[in-house]
Amino acid sequence: MPVQLQHSGYSAEKLQSLTESLPCREAQASTLLALMGEPDQYSYPSIFIYGHRASGKSYVTLRVLKELELPHAAVSCVECVSPGLLFEQVLLSLFGHTAASSLPRCPSLSDFVRLYKQLCSQNPAKQTRYIVLDRAELLRDMEVNLLPGFLRLQELVDDNVTVILLSEIVWDKFRPNTGLFEPLLLHFPDYTKAELQKILARDSHPSYPQELYSFYINILLGVFYSVCRDLRELRHLAALNFPKFCEPLENGEAKESDTHKLWRNIEPHLKKAMQTVYLREISSVQWEQQQEMMEKEAMAPKGLSAYTHVELPYYSKFLLIAAYLASYNPARTDRRFFLKHHGKMKKTNFLKKHEKTSNHLLGPKPFPLDRLLAIFYSVVDSRVAPTASVFSQISSLVTLQLLTLVGHDDQLDSPKYKCAVSLDFICAISRTVSFDIVRYLYDFL
Amino acid sequence: MSKRKSRETHMTSGECVSQVQRILRERFCHQGLPEKPVGLDSQYKHLLELLKRTAVHGESNSILIVGPRGTGKTMLLSCVLRELMDINEVQKNLLQVYLNGLLQTDDRIALREITRQLNLENVVGDKVFGSFAENLGFLLEALRKGDRGSSQPVLFVLDEFDLFAHHKNQTLLYNLLDVSQSAQAPVAVVGLTCRLDVLELLEKRVKSRFSHRQILVASSLTFGQYLDNVRSQLSLPQDFPDARFGQEWNDSVAKLCEDKSVEEILQKQFNSSKDFRSLHLLLLLALSRVNVSSPTLRAVDLLEASRLCTVDAKANMLHGLSILELCLIISMKHLNDIYDGEPFNFQMVHNEYKKFIQRKSNSVHNYEKPVILKAFEHLLQLELIKLVDGSSSKTQREYQLVRLLLDHGQIMEALQRYPQCPTDVKQWAVSSLA
Repeated sequence: MPVQLQHSGYSAEKLQSLTESLPCREAQASTLLALMGEPDQYSYPSIFIYGHRASGKSYVTLRVLKELELPHAAVSCVECVSPGLLFEQVLLSLFGHTAASSLPRCPSLSDFVRLYKQLCSQNPAKQTRYIVLDRAELLRDMEVNLLPGFLRLQELVDDNVTVILLSEIVWDKFRPNTGLFEPLLLHFPDYTKAELQKILARDSHPSYPQELYSFYINILLGVFYSVCRDLRELRHLAALNFPKFCEPLENGEAKESDTHKLWRNIEPHLKKAMQTVYLREISSVQWEQQQEMMEKEAMAPKGLSAYTHVELPYYSKFLLIAAYLASYNPARTDRRFFLKHHGKMKKTNFLKKHEKTSNHLLGPKPFPLDRLLAIFYSVVDSRVAPTASVFSQISSLVTLQLLTLVGHDDQLDSPKYKCAVSLDFICAISRTVSFDIVRYLYDFL
Repeated sequence: MSKRKSRETHMTSGECVSQVQRILRERFCHQGLPEKPVGLDSQYKHLLELLKRTAVHGESNSILIVGPRGTGKTMLLSCVLRELMDINEVQKNLLQVYLNGLLQTDDRIALREITRQLNLENVVGDKVFGSFAENLGFLLEALRKGDRGSSQPVLFVLDEFDLFAHHKNQTLLYNLLDVSQSAQAPVAVVGLTCRLDVLELLEKRVKSRFSHRQILVASSLTFGQYLDNVRSQLSLPQDFPDARFGQEWNDSVAKLCEDKSVEEILQKQFNSSKDFRSLHLLLLLALSRVNVSSPTLRAVDLLEASRLCTVDAKANMLHGLSILELCLIISMKHLNDIYDGEPFNFQMVHNEYKKFIQRKSNSVHNYEKPVILKAFEHLLQLELIKLVDGSSSKTQREYQLVRLLLDHGQIMEALQRYPQCPTDVKQWAVSSLA
């Protein structure tokens, strides 16, 4: 049963419509309202609201401010790459066009505060003004005085103004070392499974009954809930896969009461969606197209990661293979792998390895150019002259970001490289030149 | 509608509550000035005496007010100034300039602000000055040539004084203090700062010109005084429009302060910090729960407010993670235990997680690697884990070293509080070295 929001400062109808538009967020909205107080009363100088992505932080805040017609400025810190843009937007929405244009070219916080003071002496606040800064964690990366300045804006401009910061990151990570005016912390908890179900079931399809849709949502949550709790993501997935769910109903293969059949039909489909659409491997348009031409299931579109396969010249492939071997094998095993007559090596000594030292766990190691070339000549069967083209291929592999140059100390004299491709990629490459790379990898011996 | 009602002699309870909210909110949020600063009598007297000497006798002074955040430095200064401005002669004579280290981030801006606040803009006009000192000298010269023949004292208040010490060459500070030492124009430089080592930040020449007068504003309250302060902060003034309601409210506040559970909360608050700002925050949170249906402040409200204040934010965030993300955090915890706090990468976390999955016959949590990588990156975005060496785009995502920013206790507590946590995950979290 939704709790009716109550507050003495506002009319009952407005609160009623507000309550209806905020499902499962009544408690948070009423706390926020209580903190804000009546429109003409002072509110705390700064309120910091944190919670997970898509837990309704900005929605509830903006909805409350809009519905109750309080003067406010909503600014996203992502848009405002410089403080100047931020100040301009705030002044624009609080005082109108003329105010924002009177800012100097590169405004500092000082200019902003001066102008704000000047403007609010002309029309002093009858109601609390609110400045909502979304994605406030980006304020930390702007000028150092910006965040402390905004937190004590009420004191600086001497006006009835409250700054509301919204962020995903906890407040402890915001504090600068000399401290600041502590804001009031408010947490928006995550939606529970039941609440997610309730919210998602709200946007049901008009041509199907409500129960069917909520059954569908139930299945969807069963698959995705343990991985993803982001409401927006879930909603997107729900909208995308609903036509597939309804297919048996339209074809007449199943009735609405055949819940088991419907579940059997959709579940593998949803599992596949987790590996493709959820990861944005294939776009949602592609996914919809794929659903339409379901008959041709065999030719499923390749995902983004399938396209990582690139066409390389013959020697480049071997150079890359050599680089991979150099990166992931310890140098002491090179003799064993790449020399024909390597003499005897102690088997115990050679095969002593720990899991922790496995290079496929620790990542690639840098290697010098000499070692790369030595391995390259050993793996290529034919005789290759060390021409300019071989060396230019190495540097073009670097520009393709298949190799990375480590340490910029010297370009010509013994540069060091690292191989930045995955095992799958290098296996695919070596298959094209019929080279069995796994036999040469120390980790897989 | 509310206006019509307020004309009646007797106020409804809704009106009363709204009035209470207005008065107390102004006190807590807007930091209204008290009658007299509490527990700062000697400092008050000292500062008042000093500023009076500048304002009346034209003596140049400099002083620093040092104290932790929220102990009432600004309040002390404004109380002193309020009393000072009551003197007729001072009111006419004294010019005030407020600078804030947060706003005036460099000397050029600060100088412009000084000109503006002294209303000298018309004098400066488009005149081009040579050096900064010349400019400042001109400003003070202009002051001296003011309407009266004798010089007019200027009070400079530098809020966040330590930030001014980070300006290039500390030119502004040097000039202000130099004027206070030598030039005729009587100036008083009052700095407010929360850094106790502020004198170490000053250059030698600046330091030598500073008078080394410091006022330390540190809260020396005992708990009894603290409790009295809470009572006086909460009680309504005598001139409250509805006298009967005011009396009732004050009685209920007095009774509240004697309550054992309230005392416990306040003791806890007092132990964590003595500053007034955190107290105001607590009281405001309690006050926001007062409405028409419960028109008095109850112990429950205070209890709830203190619970809101002391909640662990990271535990809140952990509560909202998905099972997969929680599993990753547990594997990170295991890696931390086994390898003794060494940084790790995604590959290792994945490996640890896979070991858990393989051990369990029922593979409910068996996900593809990219899905797990997405969960890992979500943790990175939430700053629950941190990259060791910045965002080095040079290495692949799987091999970038990260560190876990949670401690053992937080993880275990989060697991206990997690709704419908699978038993095998809980078991796995406990069996550390397996």
